[in-house]
Order: sequence, then C-alpha cells, then structure tokens
Amino acid sequence: MKILRASRMDRCIGCHSCSLACARQVHKKFSWSTAGIRIKSSGGITTGFEARLCLACDPAPCVTACPTGAFSQRKGGGVLVKMKLCIQCGKCAPACPVDAVYLDEKDQPFVCIHCGRCVDFCPHDCLEMRQKQDHVRQGGDVNG
Amino acid sequence: MADTAFRVCIVHLDRNKADIVSFGDKNVHIGGSGLAAALFETYGLPTEPWSHPDQPLIFAIGCLTGYFPLMSKVVCGFKSPHHDQYAESHAGGRLALAMRFAGYDAVVLRGKAKLPVAVHVAAKIIETKDANYLWGANALTTGRVIRRAFPGASGHRSILRIGPAGETLSAYACINVDTFRHFGRLGAGSVMGVKNVKALVISGDGDQDLPGTDSKAYAKLFKKVYEDMTATEMMRKYHDLGTPGNVAPLNALKSLPTRNLTQTDDPEMEGISGETFAKNLLIRNTACAGCPVGCIHVGMLREQFQDEHRFQIRQVAYDYELIFALGAMIGVMNASDCLALMDEVEKQGLDAMSAGVALAWATEAYQKGLLTREQVEEDLAFGNTAAYKEAIWCLGHAKNEFYADLAKGVAHAAAKYGGEDFACVLGQEMAGYATGETFFASQSLSFRHSHLDTGAYGYDQKKHDKDPVKATAYFVEDERERVLLTSLVSCLFARGVFKKPLLAECLRAVGLPELAENMDKAAEDMQRLRWRMRLATGYEPEKTTIPKRFLEVQTWAGKMDPVYLENLRQSYITAIRELGAPLPEEEKQD
Repeated sequence: MKILRASRMDRCIGCHSCSLACARQVHKKFSWSTAGIRIKSSGGITTGFEARLCLACDPAPCVTACPTGAFSQRKGGGVLVKMKLCIQCGKCAPACPVDAVYLDEKDQPFVCIHCGRCVDFCPHDCLEMRQKQDHVRQGGDVNG
Repeated sequence: MADTAFRVCIVHLDRNKADIVSFGDKNVHIGGSGLAAALFETYGLPTEPWSHPDQPLIFAIGCLTGYFPLMSKVVCGFKSPHHDQYAESHAGGRLALAMRFAGYDAVVLRGKAKLPVAVHVAAKIIETKDANYLWGANALTTGRVIRRAFPGASGHRSILRIGPAGETLSAYACINVDTFRHFGRLGAGSVMGVKNVKALVISGDGDQDLPGTDSKAYAKLFKKVYEDMTATEMMRKYHDLGTPGNVAPLNALKSLPTRNLTQTDDPEMEGISGETFAKNLLIRNTACAGCPVGCIHVGMLREQFQDEHRFQIRQVAYDYELIFALGAMIGVMNASDCLALMDEVEKQGLDAMSAGVALAWATEAYQKGLLTREQVEEDLAFGNTAAYKEAIWCLGHAKNEFYADLAKGVAHAAAKYGGEDFACVLGQEMAGYATGETFFASQSLSFRHSHLDTGAYGYDQKKHDKDPVKATAYFVEDERERVLLTSLVSCLFARGVFKKPLLAECLRAVGLPELAENMDKAAEDMQRLRWRMRLATGYEPEKTTIPKRFLEVQTWAGKMDPVYLENLRQSYITAIRELGAPLPEEEKQD
C-alpha cells in the first residue's frame, strides 16, 4: 500500500490546486478545507508553504480516539474512514498530532485516504505516492 | 429557476454594521468589472469627490471565480484620487478565492471609521478592530502585525493593507494584497486610507457545494482546463522568465522607455533583463490561489548593512512593469538595485509604475533647474539608486510641499513646477511600452489608462496600415473581450486558453447556460456600463493630451506620426462617447 507524502514542499507555489482537487474529486465539495490535504502558509507567503495531511501513522491515534470504528487502521499506514459509522463526535481531530483531520461545522471529519488523486494537480511535483519504508512503519519496540 | 443574484457584503464603517444584499444578476453583470460598475452605479456618488465618506470601495469577483484554474482575480472599483473619476484596479493573490469561500461575490466598504481600523470579513464573521496603533506602519510591517491580530485561517486568508502613501492620500497609493500582489494603479490605497481602513482581512473559511448539477462532468472539464494551463507551451512565458522576458525584446524594438523616455533603448539593458533577474536573483515562484502557473517571480535582495560581512536579505517580487518603472525609466540598469527600489516602493504602499515615472520626471526637471535641491532633497540623477530610495520614502510620506505635489501625480506637479512637455503621462503615469502611436492613443484614453485595457502595444509591433477606423475598431473589440474576462474574473494571462467556446462550457458547468449563450451581449453591456460610469463621474476624453515627449519618440518603425496619432485619438474619443452614452429613459426604468 502506498501513502501520500508531501516530500518537496520547498517547491510549493501556494496554488492550492491539490486541496481543491481533493475536495472536488474525493469529497465532492468546493472548498479549501473539506479536503484531505490543506495548504497553509507558515507566517506569510515569504516563509513558504506547508501541507497539512495525514502522515500515515501506524498505529494511528485518531483510530484509537474514534469510539465507533468509523476510523480504522489502514494496512501500510493511515486510516480507512467509514462515514456511515461516524457519529460526528469530533474526537478524531484533536487526537491527530499534526492537525491533519479537518472537522466541518457539523463535525464531519475530512482526512487524507492516500488515494493520490491530488498528485496530478501539483504543478511542481511537491507530492508523491510512495511505499512507506519498513523501518518507519512501526515505532518503539517493534523496531527494537 | 436558480438564483443568479450576487451575494454582496456591504460594510458600514461608521456604524460597525453590515448589510448582506442580493444584488444584480450574473446573467447580466457577469461579475468583476461588470459587477463593480453596477455596484458603483447603485452606491457611488458620481458628482461627489472621491474622498467623500460614502463613496464605495468595491471588491468584486465573478461567476467563475475559483471554479476553474486562473479564475483568480479581483476587480476593485472606486472613484480615483488620481482623476476623481470612476476607476478599476485588478489584483490576484489569495483574495479572489478567499472571497469565494467566505461566501461573497463582492465586499463593499462604505462610510468612514472614526479611527483607523482593520476590517475582518469571513464566512461567519464581520468585525472591525482598532488599528490605530498601525497608522504610519509600512505595508510589510502591517501585514506581519495583522497576521497576529487575526489568527486562524492561515493559508486561507487574504490580507489587504496600505502603507504610508495610502495614509497621506497619494493619488497613486496602492493596496497591497498578500505581500506580493497589488491593486496598483489609480490610487485605491488612498480610498482605503481616507476611510481610515488600514487593513482588510478576508478569511475564506466556509465550505461550499460543487457548482452545477453534474459533479463528474465538472471535474472532467476542470481537468481539461488545468491541463491546458499547465501542460501546453502557451503559459510558458509567464512562468519561465515571466513578464521580465519583455525587457530585451522591447529594447531591441527600441520600445523600452528609458531615462524619462529620452531613449527607447539602452546599451546597459542586459543589467535589468529578465534573463539577468532569473539567473542572478530569482529564488522562487509563487502563485495566486487557484492558479497552477505560478507567474509571481520572487527575487532575493541581499544588502550589506555593516562592514563586517553583515547582510540582510529580503524577498521582493518583480515584474516587467516594475523593472521598466524602477529600472530603465530612471536609468537604474542593475537588477539588484531595481529590487531595492521595488522593496522601498512596496513598503510605502505606492504604485510602482507611477512612482518610477514620477521620479523620472522629477530627475529631468531637477537637471533642467525647474526644481531646487531643497525641494527634491536628494541628488536625483538617473542611476542614483541611493537617492531614489530616499526619494521614494519622501514620496510615500509626502515629506515636503514638493513631494506632496508629486504624490498627487506627475501632471499635477508639472502644472505647478513646469516640465509638462516631458511629463510621461498618458491619463496616468505611462506604462512601459513606447511601442508607437497605437499604444499612446490607447493608453491616453482607455478606461484604466492601462496597457491591459487593449493589446495596443502588440498592435504597434505588427505591421499595420495607419487606419484610425480599423485601429479604433480593434480597441473597442479587444476591450470588450477583455471586459468579458475581467468580469468572470480571469487572469488576463489566461486569455490564450479561455476562448469563448471554452468559457461557454465553463459557464454551463456552473449552471449558467443563459450567460453561456449571451456572453457577448453581456460583455458589451458591461463595457458600456463601465464607460457610462466613467463619463458620469466627469471624464472628458477630449481634454486628455499627449505630452510632447511622446511625439519625439523613435521606435524600430521610425518617428512618431503626430497626424495619425491625433486622428486615432479623435476616432477613439468618438467611440468612447458612443460607448458611454447615457441610456434612453425607457431603458433606465426597466
């Protein structure tokens, strides 16, 4: 299973095409926010841009926080989201250490599902789909 | 039937309240240029001065904004302090999409705040905050402080602000948008200043549904447009060297205004060419939100401030027009020096083109003894970067009587101090194209007095018979095409991609089939509405002039032909009068 990485954000020009593409294609929304990837400037445009997106944790804290199993662990990192199970409690978002889960005004969560549909819309190849390396797949004792 | 009215937020600065208004019709006004003119028709005070507190300051997007790539600009409509007539200025940055996601097609500022304020408009917020403490701060510092004062929505927020020039009510104070973009020309910054608005923050924090009824078809069309904008060669010139790529070709055509237009080429041109900027100073490109082209070129200004290898670095955006105005026009033929002047102009919140042309005129006037050292304070001489840097500060702050006069425009200053023959004014301070009669006629008369009103500079560069009727028809038709794009509101760099059949597809995809069928009629109506507003606010095209310096210009095509130029102007004046004729009474009542 491949994961999405924003590997070359130093190249980002701040066009937001990726997050607009995710909202449009994956979530059927027209939005900057209801998307699995969101672009922020880190203190004004001169400081460049950063991407807020799921870093494919394994185990994922948002899965632990979800009381219904709407968020479940995705093989190879990241999460699977079943919206039918979501009770919109909003516990997933604060559990994420990198602010990758966005809650809309009804507390519906939006998070990257590592589908890679945004990649084609980055004009500078900031984004890529790649295999998560084995040695970072799991931390702590597993790595010995 | 779908609601095709615009959603407009009208902020009353004197009451700290706002009205949310359903205004106009997308099928009629389109948005942007058309919507701004329609809002001015309703809320503007044509016979009151620009500084009247109730004059509106209008920011308008269009019916395709954000829905397709490069539909990324905003039109600002206002009564200009430069000529006290209705005017437009355009800017990109994040503003257009921020307005879209905040849920407004237009934001209008009315009234005057008691003390300087920052205004914040978001999907669920309309508020003003005290910004008195920022009065006097330059545009860059203001941006930094405002980011802290209005936390949240980082990356999805647009910050408009003015510098000292907007506070001292310069005729060419700009509004800085998101550090690198500007409502540059004709003094919108002073309209903000006179309203005591130091900054306007728009947070695009709302979520919306996809436009139209067929999300798959919409996504497919979006992809097609995106690929056209990125995969083809068509946009290369904008993201490669960018508009600075014009410097060398214009120089070769003897069309680069240099040293207050005493020359149209210069042997030292290479020092400020697009190639030189790209090779030595370019550090990155950035983009307006919603535009994958990334035409904004950012250069690195590295300045030594102490002997012991102490440097400060700054990021400065550059473009052809800035290189012309703050380089060639004042004889500064070194790219790094140009950046230093652009940086200072940025801080002061001045329009770069007007500021450069103003300094060029002041230099020649000083050299000819029309101005004293006491008045200009600095040793103004072509190429003297240090003196120009100080002079720009003086201009932004209207430091003494002379700089206060110069800040009112070159024509104003020349009328008082002399030197009208070499004041490079075509309605406003000239743009960087000494291409010939067609451009001079067009800029002197056209709506924004801008090189972007028509492609006249390109017309000059092609072989053409000197036929005023043909050229006038070109002006009118080309302007109409541009009005369509500036109403939608597209970046004009995309005009090669956004041809009418594609625009019609886009309009259908967002649920505006009626406009798709009638876009020519709507564009013509908006073209006429703009001119009506312009004439209603006192524009008399007959009174515009071509200063003598323009007649002395020599280009690759030879000397200027004054007779052709005048015939062309008269023909265009007739066309403008026809375009802007008042509506018959019965149509007004409809």
